[in-house]
Amino acid sequence: MTGIVALYIFMLAAFTGYEVIAKVPVILHTPLMSGSNFVHGIVLVGAMVALGAATSPLEKTIGFIGVLLAAGNAVGGYAVTERMLEMFKASGTRKVGGAKGSH
Amino acid sequence: MPDYLNAAALIQASYLLTAFLFIMGLKRMSSPVTARSGILWAGAGMLVATLATFFFPGMSNYPLIIIAVAIGGAIAWISGRRVAMTDMPQMIALYNGMGGGAAAAIAAVELYRGGEMSHTEATLAVVGAIIGAVSFSGSLIAFAKLQGLIRKAVRFGGQQLLNLLLLAGAVVCAALIASGINASPAVITALFALALALGLSMTLPIGGADMPVVISLYNALTGLAVAFEGFVLGNAAMIIAGTVVGSAGTLLTQLMARAMNRSLGNVLFSGFGDTGGAAAQGTVTGSMKPIDAADVGVMMAFAQKVIIVPGYGMAVAQAQHKVWELSQLLIDRGVTVRFAIHPVAGRMPGHMNVLLAEAGVPYDLIADLEEVNSEFETADVALIIGANDVVNPVARNDKSSPIYGMPILNADKAKNVIVIKRGQGAGFSGIENALFYLDNTRMLYGDGQAAVSQLIAAVKAA
Repeated sequence: MTGIVALYIFMLAAFTGYEVIAKVPVILHTPLMSGSNFVHGIVLVGAMVALGAATSPLEKTIGFIGVLLAAGNAVGGYAVTERMLEMFKASGTRKVGGAKGSH
Repeated sequence: MPDYLNAAALIQASYLLTAFLFIMGLKRMSSPVTARSGILWAGAGMLVATLATFFFPGMSNYPLIIIAVAIGGAIAWISGRRVAMTDMPQMIALYNGMGGGAAAAIAAVELYRGGEMSHTEATLAVVGAIIGAVSFSGSLIAFAKLQGLIRKAVRFGGQQLLNLLLLAGAVVCAALIASGINASPAVITALFALALALGLSMTLPIGGADMPVVISLYNALTGLAVAFEGFVLGNAAMIIAGTVVGSAGTLLTQLMARAMNRSLGNVLFSGFGDTGGAAAQGTVTGSMKPIDAADVGVMMAFAQKVIIVPGYGMAVAQAQHKVWELSQLLIDRGVTVRFAIHPVAGRMPGHMNVLLAEAGVPYDLIADLEEVNSEFETADVALIIGANDVVNPVARNDKSSPIYGMPILNADKAKNVIVIKRGQGAGFSGIENALFYLDNTRMLYGDGQAAVSQLIAAVKAA
């Protein structure tokens, strides 16, 4: 990936992030913060690559800690976000669990 | 050679899919109707990327990777499943700090290895390292504060100067490394030590009330650190996801700060958020007038419209289930019931909604400040439970008050205001609440849960 292409990605992603949540209601601030916290858990793939290429004991140790922390970010972020969002229901839909496939 | 190309192309394709799923997931998470499916989309994206990465060409240390994922994942899963909803803000801080630490760790591995890096890559690596390390140590302090492990805001003279010196030191180390003048392990270690110390000293003076804004800020910073390390690794999934979180998180931080009537600069560089802050003495006249539960029960049972204003005190008393039980009784009698949520009810914006959702309150009964403020005038009863500063009318009309200008819920406009309160003390910020002394206000003293139970009995009897 050349530098300029990376910059394009960076710029477009920045606008995307802003636009995607621009109209979020206050009631979803906490779950959304938790959800975006989960999304940067993608650092896990980078940590895996870094540990996968590590050779010296120092690199391996730091890489191991990195993967451990990243896995915690991704898994923990998912667990708490899912728990919070699972509880958001409208009146009259109290019996069914997920809104999956509703539209 | 063809095999290698195929693996690389497949990994790139799966990262593209991941980026798509993340963005769609976040989009869905920004509306209550689709929010639940949003996290499932994003979760699928994470799974795809993680599995694909196992096939990354030229990887070794597989046992170490698997052990680290298993340990980190298992601990986080168990803690994430068990944590009480009231403790959610500090868990988010903790997981966020872990992400920042991971980004810093990636930078550390790359820098200590000392492989060939362009100046741009090296610059992004060190900047990502500083941001990630600050987010890591800062988030841990935020966690410790909200968890009650650190009770006092630590302040001392020259704190700003210390922060500035730490930042300057880290920048000097970063410049030495990125320019290639001196990328020795000693300088790299100094870089991380200074950045970690900066995160600590930046966060320690910030009071508990401002912590949500700080957590949100560190969330955005971690996203940025992840994006920068993504540049270094040439990983598009990390660049996109990290940047999206960086910008979305920045917007969210601004929204939260605005909802709390605080600017980000104020949060970071002054100490109002301290719960033990100076108690301002307003000039409040009149007296608090008590009422008993039976009278309130009758008043609510025969009302047209009741607006309930819950605050964090309700959650502490674990009264939200009882409050919903009471609301259902009223709804069954034909009373219109609304929940009015101030943006900073709970410990971060939206936290109270989560707590009410946990008790089973449907989100369409919950209204936020702009929606509900015009409705108080038509409400027969405003029931305040565990909320204080957010209904204090001095924010509207007393320029000398420290909370002057903060948007509040206009509960005082309701025909009758009932305040459930444990005793006669002042609020979270130590500011006397003028609402309690109004002619249309009555105080129902008692523990939140017990008081609401009495109201339930009273409504049933009415």
